[in-house]
Amino acid sequence: MGSQYSEKVMDHFANPRNVGVIENADGVGKVGNSVCGDIMNLYLRVENDIITDAKFKTFGCGAAIATSSMVTELVKGKTVTEALKISNRAVAEALGGLPPIKMHCSVLAEDALQAAIDDYLKRRREG
Amino acid sequence: MERIYLDYAATTPCASEVVAAMLPFFSDRFGNPASMHAFGQENKGAVEEARERIASFLGAAPGEIVFTSGGTESNNTAVKGVAYARQGKGNHIITSPIEHHAVLEPCHFLEKEGFEITILPVDGDGLVDPDDVRKTITGKTILISVMHANNEIGTIQPIEEIGRIARERGVYFHTDAVQTLGHLPFTVGELHVDLLSASAHKLYGPKGVGILFVKKGTRLTPFMHGGEQENRRRASTHNVPGIVGFAKAVELASEGMETEVRELTALRDRLITGLREGIEAVKLNGHSTRRLPNNVNISVAHVEGEGLLLSLDMLGIACSTGSACSSASLEPSHVLMALGLPHELAHGSLRFSLGRPTTAADIDRLLAVLPPVVQRLRAMSPLYNQQNK
Repeated sequence: MGSQYSEKVMDHFANPRNVGVIENADGVGKVGNSVCGDIMNLYLRVENDIITDAKFKTFGCGAAIATSSMVTELVKGKTVTEALKISNRAVAEALGGLPPIKMHCSVLAEDALQAAIDDYLKRRREG
Repeated sequence: MERIYLDYAATTPCASEVVAAMLPFFSDRFGNPASMHAFGQENKGAVEEARERIASFLGAAPGEIVFTSGGTESNNTAVKGVAYARQGKGNHIITSPIEHHAVLEPCHFLEKEGFEITILPVDGDGLVDPDDVRKTITGKTILISVMHANNEIGTIQPIEEIGRIARERGVYFHTDAVQTLGHLPFTVGELHVDLLSASAHKLYGPKGVGILFVKKGTRLTPFMHGGEQENRRRASTHNVPGIVGFAKAVELASEGMETEVRELTALRDRLITGLREGIEAVKLNGHSTRRLPNNVNISVAHVEGEGLLLSLDMLGIACSTGSACSSASLEPSHVLMALGLPHELAHGSLRFSLGRPTTAADIDRLLAVLPPVVQRLRAMSPLYNQQNK
């Protein structure tokens, strides 16, 4: 099939990893809005400062779904500090690249991760 | 897997009869119609014969048909050509928010040059109210441009009524008939238009050739300069194969139109009914009856159109979407937004446009595969969960 997307993007769009919600998650990031057409919710389970599980729900295009899927794969097993260093570029590269007009989807994934970790750190401070 | 094409509003395949009619003009009959010798004059004859055939189909005089490179050029020529030719009389142009960009963008261009553009409202089905046209005309109005039927949502405008108003007030009236020529029966006389755009590749003709009907006596500044062709209204060597192919496509359309309208309307309604029965929370966009026989446009709540389109494409079904994610601008379709659709529904739109080769089996296969696709994407969507909690 001819596509503007790489095989990896199409794979993560067709078979997204970690779709769903983590009940009583340790960190939740909700970013985007329906005006721009992308909404991403990211849920993290953190144990001993290590991200042991990640799930997502996304309203958005193929690239938005693929970047959501990829970011959950990338964070699993990482420490919170390591996860904070994952950039939108790293997500896009892991997917074999994104078309230029779709790079904002990877930014949304980075924003969702940032928001979820901020939420986790805030909850930990507040005990 | 046999692929199913349901994007005939984007473009159609050339009919085999059209290809056969065009072929000699690529090689054996290559002459330039502007040449004095037999090679040229024979092809001049072919071009004029094509012109007569298309004119007669439209109820126009042959001299009122100008060949162009397609719908975009015809629309640009109509809007800018009238604006420049009539700027001594006034500077006001009236149009609608659901026009093709090939009309809206020339209007925006003219606005920067000092012309005044009024964009009329449309109702929730995309209809222009002729009374709004009547009230908006001023002594400075030089052009009204409202499309015959919309390419995205299929709504057919009350062109005859708008045309009558324009004629009473002595204002030029242009319609973009790219989606209707050869698909709906009409003559330029019935529509009361002074200018009309159409394109061959929407009716099983070749890409790269269109027409602009220009009613006798209509003043128009040419867009292309540099030759005597088309009565000095459009310079450039004639696209002879394209013009001959266009005329053949019109001939085929005139023979089969009545049957085609009946058959496509039945398939269209089968699809609309099936979608409503098979998927919860779908909305039909556009008018339910004043609608192109081949157009179905829906919004699927809680999911985004590009995801739907990609999923169908993987299953071998081709359609289009008004989702922002499918465009470079990241804005959802201006047509759907003009109907007052919320962003979420504008992003979640799909257009299926049927054509001559479409069968009931094609429609049934789409109706079988789409519900699970929607279900899969809804299961991923945070909007769907919120609704259900």
